[in-house]
Amino acid sequence: MASKPSDVEALIGQKYRHGFVTDIESDSLPPGLDETVVAAISRKKNEPQFLLDWRLKAFRHWQTMHEPTWAHVHYKPIDYQDISYYSAPRAPVDAPKSLDEVDPKLLATYAKLGIPLHERARLAGVAVDAVFDSVSVATTFKDKLAKAGVIFCSFSDAVHNHPALIEQYLGTVVPAGDNFFAALNSAVFSDGSFVYVPRGVRCPMELSTYFRINAAKTGQFERTLIIAAEGATVSYLEGCTAPMRDENQLHAAVVELVALDDATIKYSTVQNWYPGDENGIGGIYNFVTKRGECRGRNAKISWTQVETGSAITWKYPSCVLKGEGSVGEFYSVAVANHHQQADTGTKMIHVGRNTKSTIVSKGISAGHAENTYRGQVKILPSADGARNFTQCDSLLMGGRCAAHTFPYMEVKNATATVEHEASTSKIGEDQLFYCLQRGISAEDAVNMIVSGFCKVVFKELPMEFAVEAQNLLSVSLEGSVG
Amino acid sequence: MASGGSILLKIENLSARVAGKDILNGIDLQINAGEVHAIMGPNGSGKSTLAQVLAGREDYEVTGGRITFAGADLLAMKPEDRARAGLFLGFQYPVEIPGVNNVYLLKAALNAKRKAAGQPEVDAYEFLALIKQKMKFMEMSEAFLTRGVNEGFSGGEKKRNEILQMLVLEPKLAILDETDSGLDIDALKIVSKGVNSLRDANRAVVLVTHYQRLLDYIVPDQVHVLSGGRILKSGDKSLALELEKRGYDWVKASRVA
Repeated sequence: MASKPSDVEALIGQKYRHGFVTDIESDSLPPGLDETVVAAISRKKNEPQFLLDWRLKAFRHWQTMHEPTWAHVHYKPIDYQDISYYSAPRAPVDAPKSLDEVDPKLLATYAKLGIPLHERARLAGVAVDAVFDSVSVATTFKDKLAKAGVIFCSFSDAVHNHPALIEQYLGTVVPAGDNFFAALNSAVFSDGSFVYVPRGVRCPMELSTYFRINAAKTGQFERTLIIAAEGATVSYLEGCTAPMRDENQLHAAVVELVALDDATIKYSTVQNWYPGDENGIGGIYNFVTKRGECRGRNAKISWTQVETGSAITWKYPSCVLKGEGSVGEFYSVAVANHHQQADTGTKMIHVGRNTKSTIVSKGISAGHAENTYRGQVKILPSADGARNFTQCDSLLMGGRCAAHTFPYMEVKNATATVEHEASTSKIGEDQLFYCLQRGISAEDAVNMIVSGFCKVVFKELPMEFAVEAQNLLSVSLEGSVG
Repeated sequence: MASGGSILLKIENLSARVAGKDILNGIDLQINAGEVHAIMGPNGSGKSTLAQVLAGREDYEVTGGRITFAGADLLAMKPEDRARAGLFLGFQYPVEIPGVNNVYLLKAALNAKRKAAGQPEVDAYEFLALIKQKMKFMEMSEAFLTRGVNEGFSGGEKKRNEILQMLVLEPKLAILDETDSGLDIDALKIVSKGVNSLRDANRAVVLVTHYQRLLDYIVPDQVHVLSGGRILKSGDKSLALELEKRGYDWVKASRVA
């Protein structure tokens, strides 16, 4: 017999494929947070004094701050004293010097996730930095990149090998006290990735970081800093997964991008943290601050994100367009299913003359999920001739989910042009029936309709990741109709 | 009246409601392989409802009767299974599916049908050759290959696209719901050419239409007049001509008389 409307809602029952736990010995700090913990992290990482001072300053500032409540998300208060702020796989030496020294169990974990660090990276020509809990375990292709003059390493390595660059750029885009979660990250961040592409260099391959939370009751606080010098170009991708656990885990990352004159940074994210089960138990709280600064003339920063995971997503990759003629872009697909809550969007701050920004946001809600787009376009008085185009589309699957759009616009220059388009559609019963009537199964039909909806964003992703994103989307919405 | 083929579709005392309102009130209809039937009737008589019920639209509640399609209990089948078994509905208002390639959808549809029949998936090159040939026949530009499903199509292009899909899927029974509405005379001829090319001893076509004009190009074996959810009168092609002259009230009146 014909399927019932309620089946449409049932079409969203998903199994999380990355929910396994790796049994590996780890070196963790006990839960709790005070200045001694901050100092201990810094000591474990053998950091220079300036960084310890920076962390402590951030920590003291954090203590004066309150968790933000303006986002359209609901969760029980987080006990920051119940989280372990450092967990590292115990290695025979301090840090693996090459892949051969990496614990085979770790390598197996990444293979299971579809990232064999050896072969796949070589085949795909993608340089991968893998961060397991708090530390970076391996960076592939270091040599080839070094030849091009590109620095791509874990944040810790950068602190030791390129301290001047860290001191010059760290916190210049996202200041230590920027917001509650950024301040927390600044105090306790443990590792992350660092990229420096020198003047005139086009990075010869895609750079990629894979983040994995393994240990229970740990937070992951990574810090990414990418600098593209004059005329440099780099494309960077991050992917994320975590085991299935009943308690919520905190992920509070900070990403800073700096693009100098004529530089281009393309930053793509495929975020698949554990979203919690279909009843809303467990899952990652993803409270992330991502910001890029087009510091030079004609610089360009482009964010592309596919967000399918996390119990709660709180994330607004932003661009500060300072350089004259600089360009900011934000392309986003955010999927929220079951009891997931996503409050995501972007900020485009136009400072320089003739700066241009484009925002394309596609939100998909299913089950009981809440999906919010929150965007801000700010045109400062100095931004003569600034232009923005914003398009926000929401797709609802079933009758118990919700989509919200909060576009904020602040235009202080009369020569600016700001355009906003928004639409909300239910996944067409008509579209679905049309496909069924052509003999296509409900599941395939939903996948087809949803990928059609997301197409403009997917085509911004590097090709190999576009395929991954498409597959991820199918899994996320598996069983949501039929 | 031409008949003699095996029974393809048999509707017995079918009644159905939409949103709590009874629309079909006891339809009996038999369609044999090889035949073309036209279903005519005033607005709100239940023509489109009948088409949707046959295709298995979920908002249409069948409250009584039976439908047998190619020997199987049609009402027990899911919409996609009906399609795979060879039932095709040409939509009155084909829906747009933005971002989904027109050809991609059609290929998925053909493969779903082939899979259900235990056949291998169609080879990509063969498929492209097939669709190009059919598009040429339907006088469609190759630009259709790269466009989204009905995305930005004119009304006439959408209808032509429906017939293209029908020609590729080669259904046993094609139900064409007001495929002629909104077509200019040239497009009407092309659509009719497409439908006629599918006519053979093993298939049947049901034309749901308001206008006798279509039947000049696709000549039906039987014409039925639907009103108030019942078939009031059946006849051959001359019934359509008479309706055109005398209007639906004549049928209603003659029924009462």
